[in-house]
Formats: sequence, structure tokens, C-alpha cells
Amino acid sequence: MKNFDTPGHTRGSSPFIDDLPELPGTLHGVAVPSPVAHGILRDLDLSAALVTDGVVRVLTAGNVPGENQIGGIIPDEPLLAEGEVHFVGQPVALVVADSPLAARRAAKKVRVDVEELPPLFDPREAAARGMFIAPPRRLVLGDPDLAWPGCEVVVEGRADTGGQEHLYLEMQGAVAVPEARGRMVVHSSTQAPTAVQRAVAGVLGWAMNRVEVNVPRLGGAFGGKEDQANAWAALAALAAAELDRPVKVVLQRHEDLRMTGKRHPYSADFKIGLSRDLRIQAYEVTLYQNSGAAADLSTAVLERSLFHATNSYYIPHVRVTGMCCRTHLPPFTAFRGFGGPQAMFVMEAAIARAAEALGVPAWRIQDRNLLRDQDELPCGMRVHQSQARRSFDEVRERFNFEGVRSDIDRFNAEHRRQKQGLSLMPVCFGISFTNTMLNQAGALVHVYTDGSASVSTGAVEMGQGVNTKILRIVARTLGLDEGCVHMEHTNTTRVANTSPTAASSGADLNGMAALLAAQTLRERLQAVAGELLGVSAASVEMCHGQVLAEGASRELSWAGLVETAYQRRINLSAQALYATPHLQYDKQQEKGTPFAYHVFGTAMTRVTVDCLRGTYTVDAVQAVHDAGRSLDPLIDRGQAEGGIVQGIGWMTMEDLVYDAAGHLRSNALSTYKVPDLHAVPGMLEVAFLEDADNPRAVMRSKAIGEPPFMYGIGTYFALLQALQAFRPDRPAFFEAPMTPERVFRFLHDPSGTDG
Amino acid sequence: MQNIHSTSPGDSTIHFVLNRQVVDTPASPGMVLLDFLRREHRLVGTKEGCREGDCGACTVLLGEPGPDGVRYRTVASCLLPLAAVADRHVVTIEGLNHATLTPVQQAIVDEGATQCGFCTPGFVVALTGFLLGDEEVCAEQALAAMEGNICRCTGYVSLVRAARRLGDRFGSGLPPPGQRIPALMEAGVLPPGFDEATGGLGERVPVPPPAGGMIVAGGTDLFVQDPEKFLPGPLRSLDREPGLHGIRVEGGDVCIGAATPTEDLLQSAEVRAAVPGIEHYLRLVSSRLMRHRATVAGNLVNASPIGDLSIMLLALDAVLDISGEAGRRTLPVRSFFKAYKDVDLRPGELIEAIRWASTPGRMFHFEKVSKRRYLDIASVNTALSLTLEGGLMRRVGLSAGGVAPVPLFLAETSAGLEGQPPEPAVVDEAVTRAGSELAPIDDVRGSADYKRRLAQSLIRAHFIELFPESIGGGGSP
Repeated sequence: MKNFDTPGHTRGSSPFIDDLPELPGTLHGVAVPSPVAHGILRDLDLSAALVTDGVVRVLTAGNVPGENQIGGIIPDEPLLAEGEVHFVGQPVALVVADSPLAARRAAKKVRVDVEELPPLFDPREAAARGMFIAPPRRLVLGDPDLAWPGCEVVVEGRADTGGQEHLYLEMQGAVAVPEARGRMVVHSSTQAPTAVQRAVAGVLGWAMNRVEVNVPRLGGAFGGKEDQANAWAALAALAAAELDRPVKVVLQRHEDLRMTGKRHPYSADFKIGLSRDLRIQAYEVTLYQNSGAAADLSTAVLERSLFHATNSYYIPHVRVTGMCCRTHLPPFTAFRGFGGPQAMFVMEAAIARAAEALGVPAWRIQDRNLLRDQDELPCGMRVHQSQARRSFDEVRERFNFEGVRSDIDRFNAEHRRQKQGLSLMPVCFGISFTNTMLNQAGALVHVYTDGSASVSTGAVEMGQGVNTKILRIVARTLGLDEGCVHMEHTNTTRVANTSPTAASSGADLNGMAALLAAQTLRERLQAVAGELLGVSAASVEMCHGQVLAEGASRELSWAGLVETAYQRRINLSAQALYATPHLQYDKQQEKGTPFAYHVFGTAMTRVTVDCLRGTYTVDAVQAVHDAGRSLDPLIDRGQAEGGIVQGIGWMTMEDLVYDAAGHLRSNALSTYKVPDLHAVPGMLEVAFLEDADNPRAVMRSKAIGEPPFMYGIGTYFALLQALQAFRPDRPAFFEAPMTPERVFRFLHDPSGTDG
Repeated sequence: MQNIHSTSPGDSTIHFVLNRQVVDTPASPGMVLLDFLRREHRLVGTKEGCREGDCGACTVLLGEPGPDGVRYRTVASCLLPLAAVADRHVVTIEGLNHATLTPVQQAIVDEGATQCGFCTPGFVVALTGFLLGDEEVCAEQALAAMEGNICRCTGYVSLVRAARRLGDRFGSGLPPPGQRIPALMEAGVLPPGFDEATGGLGERVPVPPPAGGMIVAGGTDLFVQDPEKFLPGPLRSLDREPGLHGIRVEGGDVCIGAATPTEDLLQSAEVRAAVPGIEHYLRLVSSRLMRHRATVAGNLVNASPIGDLSIMLLALDAVLDISGEAGRRTLPVRSFFKAYKDVDLRPGELIEAIRWASTPGRMFHFEKVSKRRYLDIASVNTALSLTLEGGLMRRVGLSAGGVAPVPLFLAETSAGLEGQPPEPAVVDEAVTRAGSELAPIDDVRGSADYKRRLAQSLIRAHFIELFPESIGGGGSP
């Protein structure tokens, strides 16, 4: 089956927020950004904006009837700046007008008077000054200090990764519609309907039961609409409540780029020690997360970095320290991988440095240290059903690693101005929200009297196919053809207290909740059928809309059964909650079982560098990936391919550039480049592990959204290898993205390390 | 088809066919088509992704009636003023839909080549435009047709599979370009009745452009920089002026009408013969979606220090035909750029044509490095043009962009190469000399130091590519 949304997508008939028909009288809100990164907000001169044609009102912090606060984890983020400004682009006012054009014209006329204070952009500098979002955290396994003396080689280094703009194609946006009796309906492009509901209720000073959040679908999100959707929905609702008219806030691209958070840049120091037989004995890493001006999800992102610091390897002695460093940039936020990629990059950098010191290829060190069952991770969890070894071996066999290696050696010997590189990138990624509380989901399934069924869950469809998977689960459980089941939009009045659709867990959690609800309905209907047919309820099956008893078809259709059940006043609606079992984590001890299971896989990447020009191509990325028993191979393949290309983008061309005053210079699609069709690897193949199994998720599947992203890290290390083939005299450097400028400098700088 | 307003030539409404509906709108000629479609007609299948022509989510087909029927090209509706659609046929995704999915739509569904769906209508229009367009129908061209469209979800791999499927299916069965509409209707790529919508367009006398309007050629840069400036109108859209279009060879010169879209250069046999390899270089410059609108003169007048065409024309020693109230004059491109974004063009003057000598045996090479290899603004670009006479280099023109406030002609380095043989020592000296002519600055595209050294490497690359044996050292690169 195909994703049921796709025919509509190809016809342009799947509506997004900005496509919803506007109610008469709809107004348009545009936020006024802070022009400076840090300062005291002295005055807002609204006079010119207020007399602009079409302007209805300009709202500032003083107009917020409830709490001027939208921080999710930590309440440190005002909706509209008050007293101080903390980043360029921070909303200081909202202009409301009868057209987006009028609102934008007027917004430019708001004079923002700020007494500037010195800004800070470097996370290490912030750490030195103690500017933390939350206290630093540390995970320890064994004792590295005891292990260093026994190591054959100990190396240290620094590794940095840049941020990443989500570039979801649909910009942030919301429409708030006031209703009678003090209700507010908010149509929002959010991954977290309940977070929006809470933010809107808080800002308005209302109870949550008066706010309904409705999410049709998202035009991409990748984490960028997990917490960052709150502001735009709350601003729309604030204006809608104040003016008692529908208000739409939809950002334009340049506003979205400048005002919203992105993937966290990280800087890290590492130290790694190995024995003579290439076993990693000890690893110590300190992660400086650039968190931006407010907490947003930074503490959770850091937590996942800590949990993934050793990637797919067993290391007996580990000390991982992480800090959320407050700076004057827009609050950095969730992005596919959620801190995992940043930590894994450091691990791979440490291995590359060690390989250099030992004079062995990095893959030999990787190979020696892959996770096995029962290995203990720094968080205290023991690995279950590791596929690290299998995927690492299969990728080499299937894609002829040895043959490609010798081809590349020959190529490099024969070519002076072109060099090739090859890397392997194993990935181990934990599935579950690291915040145990969030690992719950609700579902509501109705069967109508004609036999058709509808399903509501807390999952948000953003292209990842979660609704198709859930639909399939319900259809299979009820024995219905998929065409008889309808997925409803995500709505907080049907399913309350939703966790964000994030952490790759959307299908795991919501699919399981839907399964439970459908099973309840099935049991009720089996009982009715058993009575009707005079057989035991347990012997009743439902298949393709027909009822079978004791394995044989009966003169009873699904629709007939439903009709009878209705006449007998059987409840044809079922609600269920799924909570992932066995999860616990003790933050005092920093030990526990934060994940239901892990996803494994390995990618092989081949690149060619043009050493004269400092440019390169990614020739092939070939992966063996563990998808469990895939609920939908076509959807999962698409997730893997898309994740890999996004990961390559993060490692290569996606370069966030801020100037010395904290203004984003890569502030348009002309200056911030994401992979285009030509940037896709010449060959991109994803093979799923055969006979993979997973008893710990719905229908033995595995989560797919995030893990493939990290295969992209292999591109960096393949490039590094090619660069060193040209400049064997130069030590490796670990500073992503690997832009053509960094490549050129490495190839052609006289000596020393890249700055 | 319904005629909603009758109109007579000369009134201030804009007349065009939108899908199957005749439209006469009093909307401002400076309003971009995207806003008109979404706000005035609620055709919301056309999406707003960037408003700068870089994502393709707003792609529509623009059909221009001509003697051989209507010729369709994909355009970015976010940068297209309504003035440019007068008397033309605009086809949105809604205008392609019919009862069942089209083969293009079906291929995308079958390959799982849509995830969030926001970019998808743009891809469908792009691929439909490809089947309807001037290119040979094959898988490679199908891919090229999508290069102006950004998808952030799929990683393109499934879209490539879908495009190949279409290339394979239609590769051998379609009539030549210009005669494909009936066959495409038959195959369901176009809806029934598609060809009836444009019946009235060709017979109508086009409205002459308004006097005194702001001049817009392709608009692919002006509408990125300041779209609001054009909203009040009127607009003088140069693509309404046949005299400014076309490519011809005149007295040994290649002559390009100023408002000729760059895609026409790429496809022109004359241009390709006169400038070896230009079709490859133009593909690096911009997507086909942009090449359908971006003009040669626009690239010059925009005066970006990194303008790819400016750099090529500097090396070619092109000459501009300029007209104005004071009459006509000609000006070498090498004298055109005065200072940052300042050119030798007086008020009321207009570039009418760009010419350069069609020198037999011309050797030409263009280099460009950007963060993304294709369809990105260069960190540095450079072009070299020369002839080889008796083993010596003559008519040497070397230019570089991103290294000065203006697109730079490297006069001293070019002069130094004149009459020299293509030998390593000569190239070394040229590379060194070029270093003293370059004055780059730090910006988002790279540091000054990087750009200077990169430019020198790329200048060396010209000679390695043009003289692989004597400069490249022979053998494998």
C-alpha cells in the first residue's frame, strides 16, 4: 500500500495551514524582530506603524493577559520581549493588519530602541562565564582515570559541528479562530499539539479545555516544529483573543530563517585511549552545546547527546560531560537526531585521531569495538539484540568494501589532482523519549454504523507516513480493507495530552495505542459475533470485512456485525493509552534504562575530491539498516534516503553564518544551500537487514525517522581520508561542515591545522 | 471556457488564460503571479516556499502563443509579475488535474516520491513541463527538469526513480517538441480539452507596453530584491518586446537580444558553436526554471560582482548596443562596470543587444566554485577566452568574479598572456600576476584570503583543462 496522502499531494489538494480557506474578517499578524542580539529594551515607538494603511493593532508584551511565557521545559522564553532582548530576531511586537502586506509594511516602521549590551556567541566562552541553561551533567562508566595508564596510545583533540537550518518547505504558521463561550480554535503547523495548547492557554490565561488545537498535516518539520511552533500559534491566539477576529500568522522564508531556532552547534574536547589490539579502553568527552538564548529543548537534546556519546561501540571506561551554554542566538532546538549526531561526530573524530596515531585505518578500530548483547552503555542500560556486528559485516560484504578499497588505492596512486576516500559509519540510536514521561500516547477509534472506522491519535503527519502505518495497524486488527479506515486530523479535543511527534517514536507509540484501541473493539465485536453464530468469541476472526468463525466463512459481514452490535448497544468507540514499559531513568545517579530498544546500521561512503579546486562529489552511500519488520518498506526506504541526504547536507554544504553582531548572514535560500538534485550521491542504496526482529515495538517494527540521518557523518570522514591522501603531512581536523573553503585550506595551506 | 470580463486593447486590465478560464484583471501588473493565484483565485496548490526562485514550490507553466502554436515553459510564479503573463496561458497544478492521476502524478505515487507533499505540486508541474517542452524525452533530461525544485524530505532518490520511469515510458513515443499536446492529452498527462483553452489568445492584438513604466526583463533578481517597489505599477516588461529577443549571427558577430532568456542561449546552435562548452557552463549557473526567465542583459545590469554571465561576457570581449533618448551607442562590457552595483547606463537608456565576435578556433573555459556545486552563487568564478595562432595565445580575455566590487576583467594578466605560448612558466607567471589584480572581501561565501587563492587555482585550472598535455602534465588528472 502507498501512503494514502500521496495522491492528494501530487494534485496539490492536501491543504497546509496557509492553504486553509480564510474566514471573513481574518487578520494577519507579523512579528517585529529585535534588531540587536543583546540589550535593554528601552522603548517601542509604534506611532508610524499604527497609522499605516490596513493596520488594526500593534501588540506588545503589555497586551498579554496571561503569562508572557512560552518556554516548554524551563520558563525562560517570553512570547514578546520584555525588559531585555536576547537575540536578533526575537519578537518584540506583533503588528496586526488586514493583509500580510500591510502588516509587513507596518512592522518595518516600528522603531525598536535598545540599549545594547555585549553579546556572546561562543559556547566555550559562555561556559567559562558560567552561563548555563541548566547545571552541567555527567555520565560515568568505569573509571577512565584508572584506565589511561594501561593504554597503548592516548590521544586528545577537539571537534566542532555547525548548526543546521531545518528548511521544512512549509514555513511556521498558525491560524487562531475565536469561538463563542470563550473558546479558541488554533490550526497550527506543529509537531506538538499539546505544547501549543499549553502555550496558548498560558498566554491567554485560560484553562486548557478552552483551547482546541487542530493539525491537518505539516509540510516538513524535522524537529523544527516541536517547540518552535508555539510562538506563532500563541501570537495568533493573543491577537485573535484581543480583537475577537480570526488571526493568521504565517512566516515568510526570510523571517523563518532569521527568527526560528535550528540544530545546536556543538564544540567538544575528547580524549581516547586504546590498547595495542585496538580495543578502546577509555573515552572522555566534554560537550559544549550552543543552546542559544533560551532553553527550548536544549536540556533534552543534551541528554540524548550524553546517551549517544559512544555511538555503536562498547567502551569500558567513559566519562561524558555536557553543558547547555546560553548565548545570544535564537534558541537552538530539536532537529532529526536530537543531539545524537553531534555526539557521534565527536566519537568518530576520536577514532579517526586514534587511527592516525596508530597508523591503522579507522574501520579497524570501529570493527574491534562494536556493541554486543549485554554490553553496558554509559547510561547503565545493557544492549539487547545488537545488530551492530551484523550490519557492519553485511555492508562490507554486500557492497564489496575490500574491492572498493583497493580501487581507491589504485585511483589515488594514479591521480595527482583527484583523490578518493572511503568510510564506514556504524550507527546505534536509542528509541524512546529520554524523558520517560513522554513515552505515552493515546488513540481513539470509532466504528460507525455502516462499518467504516475512523482513527484519531496524537501523531502528527509530516510526511513520515505515520498515519499510513497507524491506518494499516488498525485495518489489520479489525480485519478491514485499508480503504474502510479513515485517519482524522490530529486534534486535542479527540486525543488529549499528546506527546510531540518526535524522537522517531510517532509510529511506535501512537501505533501501539491505536492497536490497543482496535483490539478492544475487536474483542467487543468478537463477543457479539460469538453469540450470533453460537461459537466461542475466541474462534471469531475478521478478514476483508467478512466474519470467520472456527476458520470458516460465515453468512455474516463486518457491516452486519457492526449493525447488530449497535442495536445491542455495544460501545463502538474505544480509547486507549500506550505507555512504553520498563523505562526508568535516575538523573541523580545518571543510570537507568532510557530506551525501549536501539536501531542499528552501517553506511559505507565513497567520495572524490578535486584537489585543484577544493570541491568534491559524494559518489556512493550504501547502507545496511535495521528496520525490524518494516510496517511499510516503501515509506521506510524514503525515510532512510531522505535522512541520509539531510545528514550529508549537515556535514558538507549547510553552513550557518552569523556576523559579529549576531545577524544571520546565510539568511536566504540563495546563501544557505541545502542539497539539490545534483548533490545526491551518485549511488544511494539502502538495504534492510533480513530477518530482523523487534519484540519491543508495534508489530515487531522499528522506528525509522532519525537513525539514517547519522549515516551522513560518514561523508565527513570519507572526505577527510581523501584530503589526507593529497596531504599526508597534515593531521586530520574535525570541524564540520566540510565546506569547499575548509577543503581548499586543508589542501593548500602551507602547514599547521585548519583554523 | 468562460469569458468573465470582456476587454478591449488599451484598457488597464491584464488579459490571460488561467488554466481554462479567461481572466481580465485590474490587479497591479507588478503583483507577482503567486500571490494572484493564491489570494485572488484560491489556487493554493501552487505553494510559497522562498519567494526567490530557489525552491520551485511555486512552479507553473507559462504558455506563449506563437506561429506554431503555444510553447510552454516552467517558470517560478513567485518572481513573475502579472505584466509578464498578459496574453499568455498560465497552467497551475489545478489545471493539470483531471479525474484520475496523470502519469506524472502516478509515477510519484508509485515510487513513494512524496513525503510531506509541500514541494510535490512543483515537481509535478516541472515534470509535466518537461514532457511538454523543447527537450529530448529521456531520463537524463527528466532529471534536469527537476533541478530547480528543492525537496527536503525524500533525498530525491525516489523522485529520480519516478523521473526515470517517465523518461522510459515516454522516451520513444512522443512527437517532436511543439507537437506533443494531442499525444500528451491522449496519454492523460494533460487533461481533456487542454488545447481548447488557448483558442482566443493568438488572435488578440497584444496591448503595447505602457510608457514610462519601470523596466523589468526576467525579473529573477529584481523581484527577489524588492518586490514591493513594483506593486504600484506600471511596468515595462521587456519580454513583450520582440525586438529585444532572439539570437542571430550578424557580420561575424554573435548577437543576443537583451531580453533573451538564458535557456535560449543554451539551446542555440550559433552560441554553442561560438563558445565551446557554454551549454555545460550555463547549467552550472542556474536551474532551467530560472533560465526560462533570467536574461543576459539582466545579469549585466544587476552588476553582481559574481554574475556568471557577466564574467563570461567579459572574457569574450562582448560589446553592448545601448539605446536612449540621446540616441544609440556601443560600449564594451569591459567598460560597463564602474563601481559596486554601478554601471555605465544613463537614465532612460536600455541595453538592446549583446554582441561578440564569432572568432574561429576560439578556446573558452569557465570555472566556478560554490558551496553547492550546482545552482548556487559562486564564491569565485572565472572565464578565459583565447585563440591559438602559431602556438601562441592571442585575443586573451581573462575575467573573475567574487574578487572585486565589480565583475573583473583582469587586464594586466590578459595582456601579459598575449602572444605567449601555453607553457607552465607562462601560466605560473599569469597566476602570480592575477593575484595582484584581485581584491576580494570577506563575506558569507568565503574569506578574502580563500577567494584570492581559489581564484588563482581556478585560473590555473583553465589552462590545465584547455592544454591538458602541456600544462596539465598529461596522463590522469
